[in-house]
Amino acid sequence: MSKSSRGNGTIGAVLVVGGGIAGIQAALDLANSGYFVHLLEKGPAIGGGMAQLDKTFPTNECAM
Amino acid sequence: MVIDAYNAGLGERKAIYKYYAQAIPSAYAIDSDNCRQLGQGKKCGICAKVCPTGAIDYKQKEQMLDLEVGAVILSTGFHAFDPGRFDTYNYAGLPNVVTAMEFERLLSAGGPTSGHLMRPSELSLKADLAAAEKGLSKLHKQLKQLEGKYGKTTGEMYDTFQSAGKDDKDLRRWETLAEQATELENRLRDLKAKQETAHEPKKIAWLQCVGSREINQCDNGYCSGVCCMYAIKEAVIAKEHAKDGLEAAIFFMDMRTYGKEFEQYYNRAQESGIRFVRSRIHTVESVPENDNLRLGYVTESGDMVSEDFDMVVLSVGLESSPEMQDLAAALGIELDHYNFAATSSFAPVATSRPGVFVCGVLQGPKDIPLSVMEASAAAGAAASNLSSARHTLVKEKTFPEERDVRAEPPRIGVFVCNCGVNISSVVRVKEVVEYAKSLPNVVYVQENLFSCSQDAQDKLVEVIKEQDLNRVVVAACSPRTHEPLFQETLRNSALNKYLYEQANIRDQCSWVHAGDPDAATEKAKDLVRMSVSRAALIEPLPMPSVPVTASALIVGGGVAGMVSALTLAKQGFKSTIVEQKDRLGGHALKLKKTWKGEDVSEFLGKLVEEVKAEANIDVLLNAEIKDTSGFVGNFKTTVSSNGTESLKEIEHGVTILATGAHSIAPQEYFYGKSERVFRWHELDEAWDSDLVKNASSAVFIQCVGSREPQRPHCSKICCTFSVQKAVELKERNPDMDVYILYRDIRTYGEREDLYKEARRRGVIFVRFDTDHKPVVEQVEGGLQVTVIDHILRRPITLKADFATLASAIETRDIAGLAQQFKVPVSQDNFFLEVHMKLRPVDFATDGVFVCGLAHYPKPIDESIAQAQAAAARAATILAQKSIEVEGVVSTVDETLCRGCGKCVEVCPYGAPQLVEVAQDVHVSRIQEALCKGCGACAVACPTGAAAIRHFNDREVLTMVEAALCE
Repeated sequence: MSKSSRGNGTIGAVLVVGGGIAGIQAALDLANSGYFVHLLEKGPAIGGGMAQLDKTFPTNECAM
Repeated sequence: MVIDAYNAGLGERKAIYKYYAQAIPSAYAIDSDNCRQLGQGKKCGICAKVCPTGAIDYKQKEQMLDLEVGAVILSTGFHAFDPGRFDTYNYAGLPNVVTAMEFERLLSAGGPTSGHLMRPSELSLKADLAAAEKGLSKLHKQLKQLEGKYGKTTGEMYDTFQSAGKDDKDLRRWETLAEQATELENRLRDLKAKQETAHEPKKIAWLQCVGSREINQCDNGYCSGVCCMYAIKEAVIAKEHAKDGLEAAIFFMDMRTYGKEFEQYYNRAQESGIRFVRSRIHTVESVPENDNLRLGYVTESGDMVSEDFDMVVLSVGLESSPEMQDLAAALGIELDHYNFAATSSFAPVATSRPGVFVCGVLQGPKDIPLSVMEASAAAGAAASNLSSARHTLVKEKTFPEERDVRAEPPRIGVFVCNCGVNISSVVRVKEVVEYAKSLPNVVYVQENLFSCSQDAQDKLVEVIKEQDLNRVVVAACSPRTHEPLFQETLRNSALNKYLYEQANIRDQCSWVHAGDPDAATEKAKDLVRMSVSRAALIEPLPMPSVPVTASALIVGGGVAGMVSALTLAKQGFKSTIVEQKDRLGGHALKLKKTWKGEDVSEFLGKLVEEVKAEANIDVLLNAEIKDTSGFVGNFKTTVSSNGTESLKEIEHGVTILATGAHSIAPQEYFYGKSERVFRWHELDEAWDSDLVKNASSAVFIQCVGSREPQRPHCSKICCTFSVQKAVELKERNPDMDVYILYRDIRTYGEREDLYKEARRRGVIFVRFDTDHKPVVEQVEGGLQVTVIDHILRRPITLKADFATLASAIETRDIAGLAQQFKVPVSQDNFFLEVHMKLRPVDFATDGVFVCGLAHYPKPIDESIAQAQAAAARAATILAQKSIEVEGVVSTVDETLCRGCGKCVEVCPYGAPQLVEVAQDVHVSRIQEALCKGCGACAVACPTGAAAIRHFNDREVLTMVEAALCE
């Protein structure tokens, strides 16, 4: 199927800008409900600020 | 070496690097600015030379891509405030003043100190000492050499240099070296002195509101909303790290622990000895002898105190990332006065430009749970406009038809992984390969450099075909991370995914026995032998596919319930709203304005009309849930409505619980006994009454029933409400005396503007503590309120025409509903999601979601975001035609079952059911779609009838036997 394939003139793809925890969640939810996602991240890996945290409230479990 | 941004600048990395150990994609990147070959135009090429797979390509260029998309979601996140701008904290000059993010990295096992809590001033002490000693001994050697050449002692050399040295090349060189040596000797002496006083931090201070609630030195008037909680968390973890105790003190203005279970965490932190000091620190000075830090502050009783700490952590605030202004201009979206995306409370993830959505800190300062909620909400909002193109650009994954191997004897293939050097640097992989060849049923063994790489996966598919394998054992890393990948490859090879077994020879061998290659290799062989023995017994398991009923049941017809129904309706999914009352609207019916001043009743009116007009939504009023059963994709719920006896049975694929909450009716402060005492909405209702209109003084009392032992949670919205009402009273009558009696003002995020406005308008804030609660008395012509002022430290008496109580918000009667839908309830009686941070609207029971006040008290914008999120999460299920049910479920051998019901009692998911098979003869049957494969029933079963597939006794015990035999 070509990139510009459409349904009723609507494009079933979404651009998500920023691959932190919010961008990742939005991308997953869209992909899992039938939309193609372009996830844009300026760094070499996704994860954002949360990937730098040691542990998180409330269980003090690893943020990874 | 390059400063490592991931470690907040505290460590170093190379120019070719992996961002962090668990980075996704798990690949190395070249930082071209710091690369000799790419950025500096020098000859290098070492990485290309050593890369075994030839992955390095220096010729790659930046490309421009044109993407056609139906919507854009912006989630560019935050930028931590840079405290280097302030000279008050001395962050730039003193190494032991760190930001909270730097402190996170110092605590982290993956950080620069491997999780060993150290002061930055001493981070590089050892290395610096060694370098200085090495440099000095080299200089001494060179000096000796020159002195030897002249046959002179050091003293004589100096005299010679003074008289004739300036023209002699060797003597000049001697002089330079001698100077360098003196410098280095001084440095070494300093470093040694430093080593004398070096110590692990024993006393750490956190300073709150650095770059937040600050308009003098920066323009961040807002509260960042997350720092109070992260400071408490860091203090708790730091105390756990320190072996011989750690003194932690948090200096704050208002403790803003307003989220779900935050207040309880704060209480526990106080009990554990963390000191909370209400004072804003304005100077941090150095104590040069020991690199300590001296804080000067004023206590609540007005005393000036000076106290030394080993380290100071600055709780820096969140800012919109600096590139955002350019990006916003390029995209044509509006930002607010703090450079966060401008949004309405009624469409919290929509930007000013249709089709462009926003989530996370870019929308406003916020924590992880709300960021994740908004992310799902943005996905839901984006999808609402695109449903006609759903599934047009995505490919459905298909697998070849499974080969039936049940009649075949086991043919096991073993794949032993080097994991680069991760395993092979300790475990002798070749020996393990040879050993695996000797094991029964093994017909093929292969060694891989990286078993998980794409080419190795392709090869695996080929080998399974060529060698006619029907079981696969991979000896590599952890199945927790990689089992799904290999299982998918098996499915691509027409094998059932349960014919796979993984031995973890990385974590359990090369990692934990890094110092003992012999033992690690022997253990790897043991693990492979155990896995092979089990692999011979494992069987293919069915993964039945069940069709999904593409509709939702939404319990609760307030704003949250209606918004989730509409979000689903726009995506083409039907839903039924079940509302207990005789009208839609819920709690919002009582609200007038949002904190931003938007008209709630106008919004609500339109929302109700939209819901009523929507063909995809069915509304049942005066309705009650009678019974519910089924599982994800296939629920069945019986509902009575409109007071009739006739029951309606609804089939639905998902359930959203949006049952709301209520404010309590206080038993104190003359509530209900005096017409001058209101709570919340009652003030709005009486707004134009003579009593309120003509009043010359008003008192608000905060935390009525909240943050008390019997109800420890913070009700979150009351501070903003009271401050907003106080401002409105002052707007109407500037001469009115308006008092807010509070414990901490929690106007989080940009709501802080409202607090500033209230103070500007002369609203008087008086803080009290729970030991000295205000006393309200009825006097002639009004109320008299006595409260101990925290500055004057003595009682003050206020005359008030009326008082408004910020009474606690709690749920009512949700236990029954929780039991019906098999979802848990938190200690403070709100529905409890499966994971507070990462799955904030999902329950552990698949297909059931939560939103709105029933999850926790929250303002209308957050309720709407959460409702959109619940709809988006629900849509991930409703968009599927059918769903696969996991194969690892319990099974009951009915010939052994005596129908005792023990399994029914212990199952947390309601999967086993007793069925009457003959008169008075019961057996247990498992509803597989409900079973999570936990095995509790197999443990409880007295006869051995209940067992769990894929982990039955035979399969597990054969591994034990294999472990013990040689």
